[in-house]
Amino acid sequence: MTGWPLSYLQSAGPAASPVARLAWGLGSVSVAVVLIVGVGLIAAIWRRRPSADDPMSLVPGASSASGIGWIYVGLAISVPVLAICTIWTLAVLGKVMHPASAPHLRLQVTAHQWWWEVRYPTSNSQQTFTTANEIHIPAGEPVEIVLNSADVIHSFWVPKLGGKMDVIPGITNRTWIEASDPGRFRGQCAEFCGAQHAHMAFYVVAQPRAEFDAWVADQLAFPAKGASPSQVVASGERVFSARCAACHTVSGTPAGGIVGPNLGHFASRSTLAAGSIPNDADHLRKWIADPQAIKPGVRMPAVPLTTADRDAVVAYLESLT
Amino acid sequence: MADTTTETRVPPSGPDLAAIWETGPGLKGWFSTVDHKEIGKRYLVTALVFLFIGGIEALVMRAQLAQPNQTLLSPAEYNQLFTMHGVTMIFLYALPMLSGFSNYLWPLLLGSRDMAFPRLNAFSYWVYLASGIFIYSTFLIGQAPNVGWFNYVPLAGKEYDPGVNIDVYALGLIFLGISTTVGAINFIVSLMRTRAPGMSINRMPILVWGTLTASVANLFAVPALSAACLLLWLDRQFGMHFFDPLGGGQPLLWQHLFWIFGHPWVYALVLPAMGIVSDGLPTFCRRPLVGYTAVALATVATMVVGFGVWVHHMFATGMPGLALSFFGAASMIIAIPSAVSVFAWLGTIWTGRPVFKTPFLYFSGFILLFVIGGVSGFMTAAVPLDWQLTDTYFVVAHLHYVLLGINVFPVIGGLYYWFPKITGRMANERLGAWSFWISFIGFNVAFMPMHLSGLRGMPRRIYTYPDHMGWDVSNLLTSLGSAILAIGLLLTLYNFWISRRRGGLAGPNPWDAATLEWSVPSPPPAYNFARIPIVASRHPLWEVRLKSVKSQSNLNSEIVLDDGRETPATSTLDAEADAVLRMPGDSLWPALLTAALAGIFFGLLFHLWWLSGVAAIFSIGFLAAWLAPVAPPDRAEEPLVG
Amino acid sequence: MADVLVPREPVPVAPQGRRASAWYGMIFLVATEAALFIYLLFSYFFLASQAPNHWPPSGVPDPLVAGIDTLILLASSGTAWWAQRGIQLGSSIRLAAGLCVTILLGLVFAGVQGWEWAHKTFTPATNAYGSLYFTTTGLHIAHVAIGLIILAFLAVWAAMGRFTARRHLHVVVGVLYWHFVDVVWIFVFSTFYLSPRLG
Repeated sequence: MTGWPLSYLQSAGPAASPVARLAWGLGSVSVAVVLIVGVGLIAAIWRRRPSADDPMSLVPGASSASGIGWIYVGLAISVPVLAICTIWTLAVLGKVMHPASAPHLRLQVTAHQWWWEVRYPTSNSQQTFTTANEIHIPAGEPVEIVLNSADVIHSFWVPKLGGKMDVIPGITNRTWIEASDPGRFRGQCAEFCGAQHAHMAFYVVAQPRAEFDAWVADQLAFPAKGASPSQVVASGERVFSARCAACHTVSGTPAGGIVGPNLGHFASRSTLAAGSIPNDADHLRKWIADPQAIKPGVRMPAVPLTTADRDAVVAYLESLT
Repeated sequence: MADTTTETRVPPSGPDLAAIWETGPGLKGWFSTVDHKEIGKRYLVTALVFLFIGGIEALVMRAQLAQPNQTLLSPAEYNQLFTMHGVTMIFLYALPMLSGFSNYLWPLLLGSRDMAFPRLNAFSYWVYLASGIFIYSTFLIGQAPNVGWFNYVPLAGKEYDPGVNIDVYALGLIFLGISTTVGAINFIVSLMRTRAPGMSINRMPILVWGTLTASVANLFAVPALSAACLLLWLDRQFGMHFFDPLGGGQPLLWQHLFWIFGHPWVYALVLPAMGIVSDGLPTFCRRPLVGYTAVALATVATMVVGFGVWVHHMFATGMPGLALSFFGAASMIIAIPSAVSVFAWLGTIWTGRPVFKTPFLYFSGFILLFVIGGVSGFMTAAVPLDWQLTDTYFVVAHLHYVLLGINVFPVIGGLYYWFPKITGRMANERLGAWSFWISFIGFNVAFMPMHLSGLRGMPRRIYTYPDHMGWDVSNLLTSLGSAILAIGLLLTLYNFWISRRRGGLAGPNPWDAATLEWSVPSPPPAYNFARIPIVASRHPLWEVRLKSVKSQSNLNSEIVLDDGRETPATSTLDAEADAVLRMPGDSLWPALLTAALAGIFFGLLFHLWWLSGVAAIFSIGFLAAWLAPVAPPDRAEEPLVG
Repeated sequence: MADVLVPREPVPVAPQGRRASAWYGMIFLVATEAALFIYLLFSYFFLASQAPNHWPPSGVPDPLVAGIDTLILLASSGTAWWAQRGIQLGSSIRLAAGLCVTILLGLVFAGVQGWEWAHKTFTPATNAYGSLYFTTTGLHIAHVAIGLIILAFLAVWAAMGRFTARRHLHVVVGVLYWHFVDVVWIFVFSTFYLSPRLG
């Protein structure tokens, strides 16, 4: 889907498509109503505009028409339209409340100020893994999303795959998404949640089932299989353990902080800082050097590192494929 | 202008009444006046000042959002600005502005000499002013409320917002609620008791219906906000757990309480404004309003249903399907009374002879904006669609069509309409027409593309946005349009500023309008009516010329009442005179009580408990002095007619 | 037409009772205050309905002391009515005396309420139930305090002979407020002390 990543007027799955049709339908009715009233208004104004020099001297009530017919006719037209639209709306509501078949995959999504934690249970309950800001799903299957908040109210929203569901502390909400075809869909926090509400995006990556299974197997491989211990990477891992691990976990390594996102398989993700910037070495270097410059107010501090140490950490993280 | 000399007359006993009713001189008089017209004007001017402040906040935000990735404002600054913009416009501009109209106009429309509680009227203004200053008191030190006008917890809780930002919000809105509440009581009792004989409820102007409906609603809605703010303040200050899930509370409790208040409040912001149009439009269509009864009933019906739809602000919070269906359908039903009003206005224009004066331009432009705001509301009432629309710029566009379209445009039109009555001079028509077209075009250039930003998924309340999202052009247009709109509004203010001195003399009834306020001189004398009118129709000044009206009002009745400040009391439905009310004169107590209350609230805000305590004692003293029994009148009964 | 609207016979000046604006004003003040309590009780039932475990968390409160206190408060409505009846019959002394007894009963009510508070095993900061209990009863006590101040002023004015059988609007309006304070307590009491026993 090129064009407008968050537009819901084009949809990509069964939780969103009936709503997109409803949007076009109700939108068309709305435009028609505005046009009809607008034309009526202009016609009414121009039809009998006065010609007298002092128009205020027109005798009031010279027209004897009661005009009440306008209300009767207006209601006779608008009430049936309203009724039809209400019935259609309730039908769509019934269609998108629940998926057609029970989802096999259930993901735990936890919203934080200002990023998304995603926890995958697999068929073997011993084996779970956690990632952030990027949700992989198999295409053509409904996926249940179980929503919890770590702090304030957020709202989970992938416009092309479904409507919003608020993420409320103390409550576990559930929603579902389904992508009919493989693709990459942007999501966004939709409830104001503080300083960096603007930069709380994420991506849903829908893959064919086989590809998705392979991705899961990759994520379950600890430590990340791509971590070939070159010198600079090994040094980066040491710096990371000393300076970053208080907040960040890297699955399969001793780094076990739980404040920030889990960085296991970091290099497999496409963006940094919850969809704010692309995930490449240049952006990562700038991000580590001064996160506040990119995302003012973000919980991550600027950790003072030498240039060499920073480069090493970047090399280490980019090796976690 | 027209042949209405028989219908307006010079007060025969003017000087005596003037001596009885006029406010005392000097600074003391200024602080102690209870003249509803003076209070009404203060409401109007203060609300315009807040409109101006809120407008500047909006323009700064629009500069930030004109293009993607701008850094004019930090997130912290932006969040305070959008919060204060909402709080200012919704709480400090929209309702007080309408209260200003009603304060100024009600006794004139209803044929009375004052509101039922003149001192309470002054008090409600002073508290409004004081709470407005209170809410802005921390703005300059960068600690203004900063989590949006509906202030969701737990983001508004102590843990995530430890400063005074939210305390100002919570205490300030409780403070302002006092003003709203006593104002509402005053309107309701005035309606029930202080009307001219014969001003039965089926003859009242629609503005009165609108303000009455809004006032009754406020009596039951405002306590929900006051309760919510009290609980929030207690959570923040004393570690209580109303909204804290770890202590057994629920964040959703805030949302329920807030929207039980918030939705009726939105109707309170538009129904009186719709009343302004329903009363003003017929004057410029040279015919009575089409479907008076239907429009009056629609006004009340809108509010009744409006109390049952608060959940439509919470469709995405994980409600069960049955509740969603119910509240969604109820929200759609509100479209029906709105349609009644729209077709009544259209019918009035169609069957009338429209005259293109400035107020008419604003009123007829309003009709289109009303419909646009209405249909976008109808779209958001559709639950599954709302799951996409909510919290996007589509909703922001919708609420601006509602609040600017259905409040600001009628209000500006109403100001042009009653400007001659208030100042005695005509506003400049040429400037007026220019101001309308600039405002109207600017408004639509700003807010029509905003729908598109929302349909393309732009979330509200983001301080900046990336490019390539399809939002660039629409946002640039919105920013440009808002600047044009600002020029149009400034032109209106400029027009009023110069016309109040230099405009042509208006005379009592420059528009040849039908209702009682136009039967008295412009500006009206302190006592409003030299003789209390006896009303026989909805159109006292037109009835001679209206073929359909048989009865005739008596604007020159024998009811003079010049033995002190007095006005007749009438029965609630049929307006039969049943008593003479003694009205209080100038009083300093309302202003003093307000000052003491402000002391209480500032003490609570900054934890100066001693200040609150002392101020509370003063409050009790002032209130007792205000309410102390006065000497009984010299006579127990009085005949109204010879 | 005008004959019906404007009676020929004289009408009262500065009317009393239900023709007075102040009476209507108090009715609507009571209405909005009642709404405030309704929202607090709504909050109680909302949080109770969402509670994961037993409610109230500290166990069902014993209604005995509060129940007796309720009767004391209701009795004070009776004495207030008796006092008002006194001035209607022209007796300022009965009015003042009745008001003093009412104030006394009100003070006893507040004192017993204070004893209840002191013997609670939880505080406002313990949990949401504690917050609800102390806030709702606290707001009610605040209303009692305001009512007592009103009654005290009325008693003083009565003693000064400011009221007569014909003119005592202040008494009618002030006592109306006191009745409200009493009636709303029945709802608060029922919510906190009786409703948990239904479940």
